[in-house]
Amino acid sequence: MGNDPQDNAIDKIDMVAFRARQKARNRALGLVLGALVVLFFAITVVKLGIQAAHH
Amino acid sequence: MDHAPTLNSAPLRLPADWRDFFALTKPRVMTLVIFTGLCGLLAAPGSIHPVLAFTAILCIAVGAGGAAALNQWWEADIDAGMKRTAKRPLPSGRMERESARDFGFALAGGSVVVMGLAIGWLAAAILAISIFYYAWVYTVWLKPRTPQNIVIGGGAGAFPPLIGWVAVTGHVTWMPVVLFLIIFFWTPPHFWALALFVQTDYAKVGIPMLPVVAGEKATRRQILLYTLLLVPLSLLPFILGGAGLVYGIAAGVLGLGFLALALRVGLRHSAEGDRMKPERQLFAFSIIYLFALFAALVVDRFAGLEGWL
Repeated sequence: MGNDPQDNAIDKIDMVAFRARQKARNRALGLVLGALVVLFFAITVVKLGIQAAHH
Repeated sequence: MDHAPTLNSAPLRLPADWRDFFALTKPRVMTLVIFTGLCGLLAAPGSIHPVLAFTAILCIAVGAGGAAALNQWWEADIDAGMKRTAKRPLPSGRMERESARDFGFALAGGSVVVMGLAIGWLAAAILAISIFYYAWVYTVWLKPRTPQNIVIGGGAGAFPPLIGWVAVTGHVTWMPVVLFLIIFFWTPPHFWALALFVQTDYAKVGIPMLPVVAGEKATRRQILLYTLLLVPLSLLPFILGGAGLVYGIAAGVLGLGFLALALRVGLRHSAEGDRMKPERQLFAFSIIYLFALFAALVVDRFAGLEGWL
């Protein structure tokens, strides 16, 4: 089964699709995490500013 | 370490695409959630820093997305039996159920924690209640049990303006509660109008939607009844002085339009092969109604602040 050249070709195509899907997911997750870092930094700056204004 | 399956091992199963995770959050429903939440935030007396306002709306949207993912995780089998929902990521087999469950819990938990830390714990508590309300009270408990599911379940969609308001003021007053009630009473005619023209699907999967259980006549009567409650309720912010003339006129005109369409639906009977045009029109108008009503509330607030009226 595994030695059939046609099966191997299909497996290779599957592998390419698998890697491409993984890559796209990693990129999306990276963007979300990066956006969260920026957001948390902005929230911290704003909250510190509000606290300083109160003092 | 490489975890990818090797060649000639078990058949490769593609990991779910990021777009499928996005689809789990029901982005179309989310637009209404974001809009009403933003309107509640903008119409509230007081001010909030734009970064915090953005964070509050983001948390409302992400919380709603988490609840929607949990809803689809729980209802995957039901969704598979309905034409309208069969192509969703879970029933179509593009994603594993556990992934949807974990994604839903992560979004729900994360949104509540960030809301609490950045905005306030009252807004976070109401957000948590709204997620629990949709994911458990509506999806798990009421939807499969009672034809009135959508009435109580509608409360879940009514929370965003209340949360937006509380994010600014830090407390609950009668005005955001009225906004909550407006969406609460808007949901039954909106959803039952849809259920009237997709009722065969709900019947097939055994969900006791009102048209399936009580029949079309009772559903039409209930649509009319809830519209008759909704229209005067939508005028309450103007009558009690919580909103001004811009909102009052908009609520009056939109309410008359809603009532006219609901009367048409409420007083007719469908024939064999009926295309349900009045029901489709009512469903479409109900969405415009809610967008326009809340937009009028915000315009009214800014008109008051700028001294236009």
